[in-house]
Amino acid sequence: MAKRDRLSGNEAVAVAMRQINPDVVAAFPITPSTEVPQYFASFVADGKVDTEFIPVESEHSAMSACIGAQAAGARTITATSANGLALMWEMLYIAASSRLPVTLAAVNRALSGPININNDHSDTMGARDSGWIQLYGENNQEAYDNLIQAVKIGEHPDVMLPVMDCYDGFITSHAVENIELLEDDEVKAFVGEYNPDFYLNDRENPISVGPLDSVSHYFEHKRLQAEAMKNAKKVILEVAAEFEKLTGRKYGLFEEYMMEDAEIAIVVINSTAGTAKEVVKSLRAKGVKAGLIKIRVYRPFPVDEIVKALKKVKALAVLDKCDSFNAAGGPLFTDVTSALYGRADGIKVINYIYGLGGRDVKTDDIEKVYERLADIAKTGSVGEIYNYFGVRE
Amino acid sequence: MAYNLKEAVKRPERLTGGHRMCAGCGAPVVVRTILRAIKPEDHAVIGSATGCLEVSTCLYPYTAWKDSFIHSAFENAGATISGAEAAYNVMKKKGKIKGDIKFIAFGGDGGTYDIGLQSLSGAMERGHDMVYVCYDNGAYMNTGIQRSSATPTFADTTTSPAGSVIPGKTQLKKDLTLIMANHNIPYVAQSAPIGNFKDLHEKAEKAIYTPGAAFLNVMAPCPRGWRYDTPMLMQICKLAVDTCIWPLFEVENGKYKVNYKPKNKLPVEEFLKVQGRFRHMFKKGNEWMIEKFQKDIDEKWEMLLKLEG
Repeated sequence: MAKRDRLSGNEAVAVAMRQINPDVVAAFPITPSTEVPQYFASFVADGKVDTEFIPVESEHSAMSACIGAQAAGARTITATSANGLALMWEMLYIAASSRLPVTLAAVNRALSGPININNDHSDTMGARDSGWIQLYGENNQEAYDNLIQAVKIGEHPDVMLPVMDCYDGFITSHAVENIELLEDDEVKAFVGEYNPDFYLNDRENPISVGPLDSVSHYFEHKRLQAEAMKNAKKVILEVAAEFEKLTGRKYGLFEEYMMEDAEIAIVVINSTAGTAKEVVKSLRAKGVKAGLIKIRVYRPFPVDEIVKALKKVKALAVLDKCDSFNAAGGPLFTDVTSALYGRADGIKVINYIYGLGGRDVKTDDIEKVYERLADIAKTGSVGEIYNYFGVRE
Repeated sequence: MAYNLKEAVKRPERLTGGHRMCAGCGAPVVVRTILRAIKPEDHAVIGSATGCLEVSTCLYPYTAWKDSFIHSAFENAGATISGAEAAYNVMKKKGKIKGDIKFIAFGGDGGTYDIGLQSLSGAMERGHDMVYVCYDNGAYMNTGIQRSSATPTFADTTTSPAGSVIPGKTQLKKDLTLIMANHNIPYVAQSAPIGNFKDLHEKAEKAIYTPGAAFLNVMAPCPRGWRYDTPMLMQICKLAVDTCIWPLFEVENGKYKVNYKPKNKLPVEEFLKVQGRFRHMFKKGNEWMIEKFQKDIDEKWEMLLKLEG
C-alpha cells in the first residue's frame, strides 16, 4: 500500500535509502546534498538500518570507500553535488570501469567557479562520459522513484555499472511536495539482496580488482564497458515496467508531453520541465501545436527513441542548464543534434543555455522560445543556433 | 610462541614469486614479512596505492596475490580499504561471512606521505580495523625517482637534482610516524627488514591483531633510486638502524618504546657512502652537508628518546 506524505527531495531520497537499507553509505557534506547523509546518519543512529555509515573526510574518499565497499561485496550508496562530484571525478571513472554498481544521489548544483551554491547542471553534465548511467528527475517523486530503480538497474548482470540519480538542487532537493512512498517491505522486495558473483570478502574465492591493464587487454575491457551501457537501455525499461506494476507510475527513457501532433517542441531536463509544461498547456489552449520532451535517461542516450519522437517536429529547441564552452552549444544540444543527423534531417534545431547558477526560469522566457520556434517553422529561417535566455548581455 | 624465522617461513607465501619487482628492492621483502604475520586460517583483503608494488604484482590477467587484492588509485588506499572493512562489518553481521578477514593497505611514500596523506589520516581517525603500511623508499620511484616529502635532505633525485648551485633536496624528511602516532590510534610502529625479520614480524602481528586502526612505517630501500648494489639491501637497512637514521620504535596506546638502541651509534657517513644518491656529499668542500645531516639525525634521535621518557 502506498503512503502519501509531504517531503523535500532530499528527505524523499533519504527515505528511499532507508528502505533500500544498503550495506554501506560513505558521504561528505556539500550543499545542497548535505541533508541526504544527515537524514541517513540519523537512521543509522536510531538503528533503523543495518548500514555501516562512513563519514569520510572528502568526496574523493567517499567514492573511494564506495569502490572498496562495493568491490568487497556490499551494496553502496553516496550523495554529492557540484565540487564534491568534481572531486570524485577520478574515482567515477574507476567505479564504472571496475563494473561496480554504486548508486549516487547527485543533487545538481553549479560547478565552481565562481563558487555558487544554486542549481544548474554543470556538475553531472561534466560527468556524462564517465561511464555512469544517468537518470534525471523532475520532482521529489521522480528523485525517490529513480533512486529505487537505480539500484536494480546498476546491479543487473547485463549492466553492472554505477548509476546517478540526478535532481535539481534547492528546487527539488529542498522544496517540500506531496509524494507517494512505497512500503518498506515493497522496496526491500523490489531491490532484493545484493549477491555479486565475485567480491573481495569471499574467503573461498579471492579476487584481484583494479589490475594494471596493458595494451593487450585494456581496449577489450573498455569495449565490454561500452556494451554494458548499451545493454542498460533495455534493463532500464524492464525495471521501469516492474516499477509501474508496483506503483502505477510509468517511466521510460524520456517523457513525451503533448508530442503526438507537435510541430514545435523543446527538449529539457529536470525541474524546468514542470515550468515548461505549463507553457505548453497554455499554448495548446491557444491552438499552438507545442510539445515537450523531458529526458529521464541521459546515459545511455536514447538515440533511436528520441529520433522517433521528434521526427515529425518542424522546429525544435534544446534547453541546456549548462554551457559547454565549446563556442557551439550545450551538451544536450550536441547529443540531440547528433542523434537527428542522418536519421531525421530537415528538423530545424536551436539551442538555449539558461538558468546558470540558479538564475530563475520564467514561463515568459519559455514562451519566447516557443514563439521563436513558431517563427522558424513558418519561415524556415533558423538564425542564430547557439542562444541564451535570462542573462544580461 | 617466540618468533622463529625457520618456523615463520614455513607458512605459505601470500605474495607469490613471479611478481616483477626489481632484484634488491625492499618492498616485496617487507610485504612478504608482514603477510607472514597473518594467521594461516585468516583471509586478507589487501589494498595498494598506485606505485611500483601495484604495477608489478597485479598485471592483467595475472596476480601475485593469494588473498583478495584491490587497487583503485594513487591517493586513496586508506579510503578504499576502509570501505572494504565497513563492508565486512555489515556482511559479517548479516551472516554472509564465516571466519575472519584482515584488512591491510600498502602505499609507497608518495602514496602515503604526500598524495594519500588525507585519505590515510581519515581512515586512521575513523578507527577502521585495518593496518596501513607505508613502504618508505624515500622518493617517487615508480615514475622515475622524483623527490617526496620522505626524501632525506641532500638526496639527489630527478626533481631535486644535486646541481652546481642547489645540493639536492634542501628540506628535511617529514616525520610521518610521529604524525600518525598523534592520531591517537592504538598502534603505530616504525620498522625495517633487518636480521631475522623479528622486529618487523612482531610489529606486523601486533598491528594486524590489535583491534582498530594501526599504522606501520617500514623502510624499503630502492636499488635504482638509492643507487646501491642489489645484494646490499639487508646491509643498508642495518646501517640505517645503526646510524639512527631510521630508528625502530613503536607507540602502543600512546606509550613510546624505542625497540633498538645501538651500542655503537655509527656515523651517518656509513649509511650515506654506500648510496649513489648521496655521492655529492663526499666531494671536497661539501663536508658541511654531512655535518648538518648528522646534526639533524642526532636531534631527532634525542627527541625520540625523550618521547620514550
